[in-house]
Amino acid sequence: MPDLNRREFIDGLLTKEKQSPEVYDINKDEIFLKYANKSSPLNFKHSRAGLAQYTGAWGERQKIHLLRRIGFGVTPADIAAIGSMTMSQTVDTYINSIVPTPAPPVNYYENIYPDPTGIPLGATWINAAYGDGTVNYYRSLSTKAWWMNNIINQGQSILEKMILFWHNSLVTEANAVGDARLNHKYMMLLRTHALGNYKTLIKELTKDPQMLFYLNGHYNVKNSPDENYGRELQELFTIGKGTNLWNEDDVKEAAKVLTGYRVDLTTLNTSFAPAFHETGNKTFSAFYNNTIIAGQVGAAGENELDDLLNMIFAKDQLVAKFICRKIYRFFIYYDIDATIESTIIDGMAQTFIASNWDIKPVLLQLFKSDHFYDPLTEYCFIRTPMDYYLGMTRSLDVQIPATLSLEDQYRAYYALASLCESAGMNPGDPPNVAGWPAFYQSPQFHEMWINSDTLPKRMKSTDAYFTNNGIYVSSSFKLRCDVLTFVQTLSNAYDPDSIVDDCVKYLLAIGLSASLKTSFKNLLLDGSLLNISWTNAWTDYINNPGNTTFEGIVRTRLRDMLTKLLRMAEHHLC
Amino acid sequence: MKRRDFLKLSSMATLATTVSGLPIHAYGDNKLFGALARNRGVSDKILVLIQMSGGNDGLNTVIPLDRYSELSAARSNILINQTSVLPLSGFSSTGFHPSMTAMQNIFNTGRMNIIQGVSYPDPNFSHFRATDIFFSAADSNTYLNTGWVGRYLDQRFPGAPQSYPDPNFLDPLAIQIGSTVSSVLTGANGLNGLAVSSISNFYQIISGTVDPAPATPAGNELTFLRFIAQQTQAYTLVLQNAAALGTNLATYPTGNRLADQLKIVARLINGGLQTPIYIVNQGGYDTHDNQVEMADHSIGDHADKLKELSDAIGVFQQDLKLMGKEDKVAGCTFSEFGRRIKSNASGGTDHGSAAPMIVFGTQVNPTIIGTSPILPASATVNDNVPMQYDFRQVYASILQDWFKLTPSEVSTVLNGQSYQTLPIFKWTVGTTDIETSSKSFSLEQNFPNPFSEHTIIRFTSEGGMAQIVLYDQMGKMIRVLYENDVPAGTIDVGVDRNNLPAGTYYYQLHVGSSKMGKAMVVVN
Repeated sequence: MPDLNRREFIDGLLTKEKQSPEVYDINKDEIFLKYANKSSPLNFKHSRAGLAQYTGAWGERQKIHLLRRIGFGVTPADIAAIGSMTMSQTVDTYINSIVPTPAPPVNYYENIYPDPTGIPLGATWINAAYGDGTVNYYRSLSTKAWWMNNIINQGQSILEKMILFWHNSLVTEANAVGDARLNHKYMMLLRTHALGNYKTLIKELTKDPQMLFYLNGHYNVKNSPDENYGRELQELFTIGKGTNLWNEDDVKEAAKVLTGYRVDLTTLNTSFAPAFHETGNKTFSAFYNNTIIAGQVGAAGENELDDLLNMIFAKDQLVAKFICRKIYRFFIYYDIDATIESTIIDGMAQTFIASNWDIKPVLLQLFKSDHFYDPLTEYCFIRTPMDYYLGMTRSLDVQIPATLSLEDQYRAYYALASLCESAGMNPGDPPNVAGWPAFYQSPQFHEMWINSDTLPKRMKSTDAYFTNNGIYVSSSFKLRCDVLTFVQTLSNAYDPDSIVDDCVKYLLAIGLSASLKTSFKNLLLDGSLLNISWTNAWTDYINNPGNTTFEGIVRTRLRDMLTKLLRMAEHHLC
Repeated sequence: MKRRDFLKLSSMATLATTVSGLPIHAYGDNKLFGALARNRGVSDKILVLIQMSGGNDGLNTVIPLDRYSELSAARSNILINQTSVLPLSGFSSTGFHPSMTAMQNIFNTGRMNIIQGVSYPDPNFSHFRATDIFFSAADSNTYLNTGWVGRYLDQRFPGAPQSYPDPNFLDPLAIQIGSTVSSVLTGANGLNGLAVSSISNFYQIISGTVDPAPATPAGNELTFLRFIAQQTQAYTLVLQNAAALGTNLATYPTGNRLADQLKIVARLINGGLQTPIYIVNQGGYDTHDNQVEMADHSIGDHADKLKELSDAIGVFQQDLKLMGKEDKVAGCTFSEFGRRIKSNASGGTDHGSAAPMIVFGTQVNPTIIGTSPILPASATVNDNVPMQYDFRQVYASILQDWFKLTPSEVSTVLNGQSYQTLPIFKWTVGTTDIETSSKSFSLEQNFPNPFSEHTIIRFTSEGGMAQIVLYDQMGKMIRVLYENDVPAGTIDVGVDRNNLPAGTYYYQLHVGSSKMGKAMVVVN
């Protein structure tokens, strides 16, 4: 397969005959002809399939589609685990199964920086004293590593994707608050309620210590209310923004309702302090039907939160559609046209309202729907950095062995978070309270993940997985794909056609043409053009354990093929 | 969306057929391409936009020294001690936050213009909507999908971004330092800009043969991905070249993230890149709490941010000076909103409205436009800094006086609206160009002329905000002679000498987007 390197590119520029731009003929342009589409993808269609339960084919293609969207990456083992389950049973499993609570993050950093609060190596720090800024830094790293570990070991559940969904929708920035213990608590709040009841989640979020610091609820006191949370509760967490909705006075009144919550940094618990609560009546605008939330004194002041949430959630159509649009953009596609709004979003919203804000019925309906399995819905999602790196790490069977030292394990998982960060998505630290712009910034949306900075970074890090140096973790461990074990997770390592087929299926989104697959297969044949060339090389390797020559031959060919395959634009879609 | 149309990706092709025959090192000679670019007769000026994300507290940045009783009543828990405010030469009622020493120096050496009270009617208090408004230059109740800089680039570079690089313009149309491109660069056909986070880290990304993209949403995204790969590859060569040719001549501080970004900008400018727009970003201005240290209000989170800003701008200006490029570069700071006059109990300030904007460079009028903000004697939580100028007046001034667009082109970029320009940039001395689309627009010679005590300036217009600004022979603004909302017709403006030294001066009339200037002579 021709691979254009920089030298050839420049040479190509320099050796052409001089032409003036005026007589430029696109049909004679080799670079254009080589790379451009042969037909324009303009006027693409959106899926018009609805929310009725899908009854079509349930094959490998549909299973891979579901698992890619509902989790991070897909492996042959994931597909095998579905076994004989029907589509409906599979979706039920992924949404309803109970996931064991992961053990909390621990002190892995003792040999780098001894924990000043006396937490020993291997023990959790989540209930420890704050310590100092340095130990908090290492604890923050360990929280990110812990999160990445949870994702890599996601099991048969949508839970990890939903935690990320809520993190992006109900944002806090760990670094802005600066107490890893509070961040862990926030992460656990999302984990507990990710598949529970949305209204309950919002109520608990309002009182979450990390959120109380992040949006200043802790500082929101009578006579000097802080409007930060009162605004975002309406603008970003429930109603959304727009004309003829809530107004600035509603922000001020909501802030008054929310006065009085205080965080105890010893117990890490939130309490309601009546002395700080604004006890006057709170009067809302016509949008809220001029609702008056009666001021309450003493401990009863806390009950005003329920009054506020009841008032907001009474705008049920607005709230449900606001969240369902977010779900759609997070799992399906960003472009919501009038038809999708009136069929899919509205349908999901009515389910959400009917379930009294339980989240599962909405997800079950969506992932079992005709709309979801429509071919027009497939492959159009530009993978987020987390989806890209973590999904690829799973798909390539990149191992972080439990036999590694605790320090190296945590460093390895943290290295994955760092890759995501460098590509524009720092897990736990979105750029601001609205989350990552790729989920809301019209008209680019998901395309914002891909630009001249992030695309080369993604490719460079991916290439590194197929080198000896890998992605650096420590002097003793690197993250890399062991192509020899990876290829044995596929259906038939002796058959070069089957290897390329499986790699395309599990690693790329849109399938490739036969001729393109052949060009990738030829990289395994090393110029001979005969399948037997690979089969013999693989047989030599299998039959001669420890023979580094045979091992080197197949490793080099596999690395070359995978490096080039994963530079395809298709690898960034799912 | 047109950017989906891969057939329009003629950029690589055009590039290939034009630089043919050149030896390889000459490919990197941007002088050639610079000459090509200048053939278009457009501005070679550069604008660096500095976004201060989060909503900067203007009252603690550009501090109104004549409003201390009002400030004390409203925000004693964060107020900067009056004696530590940095004075600005010639402006006794205004000073800078104590950590802005480098910017104080730039102001006092005549390279900075401050526009007071910048906002827009019916301001929005949401970070995201307010940022959208600043990016799109939309009215508060209008939603637009394009950014003002993106539309400027559409206007200047027809066919952007798909038709670029173009033989006449090989450099990126705009560069955002970082890993995302903000929507201020969105033009009608997509993002007219490139994200660059490092110039020591380029990568070959084009792969080989590809399959045709299907006519589905997936094909749409696939085409987009391929387009970015192609464009990145093409621009990578140009950037590599500029980075190799350019070096920084000043010493940049370490640990200053904004300075890190401006360092890349300066290096690319010195490397000969013709890119007219750079965008850098500094976050952390959303100071709802702990804006200042309780023990010393001149230090704390906000002080740290302003020091980072000031130091970064200072070293950037120094670098440009050493490069001999300072006359072609202007910088402009903006934030999505200012903060509330009254502070909150958290030692911070909530979202507000008007705040100053700052434009710097050797070509700006070294002055303060507007007055100290008018503040209530005892501000409540509902009071905001009043607006004096619309932020789109600043944009219009940049487009017209820096990038040399005509008033009608400026109006196209600014959504069909006309905004009165402000005397931010020095006037080209002696110019008598009339920029007007109005038939009944005229400015008469002052009478008497020459004069020693008193003279009258007569003008005729179709009405609107009228402003007459007096400049010296160097094009430096002396003062605003007249500012009023006038009816259609003829107006006589009386002008007192008011201690002006004898000499030749220029006065320029602005009404709406129409402009006209004349000389006047003062004798003893």
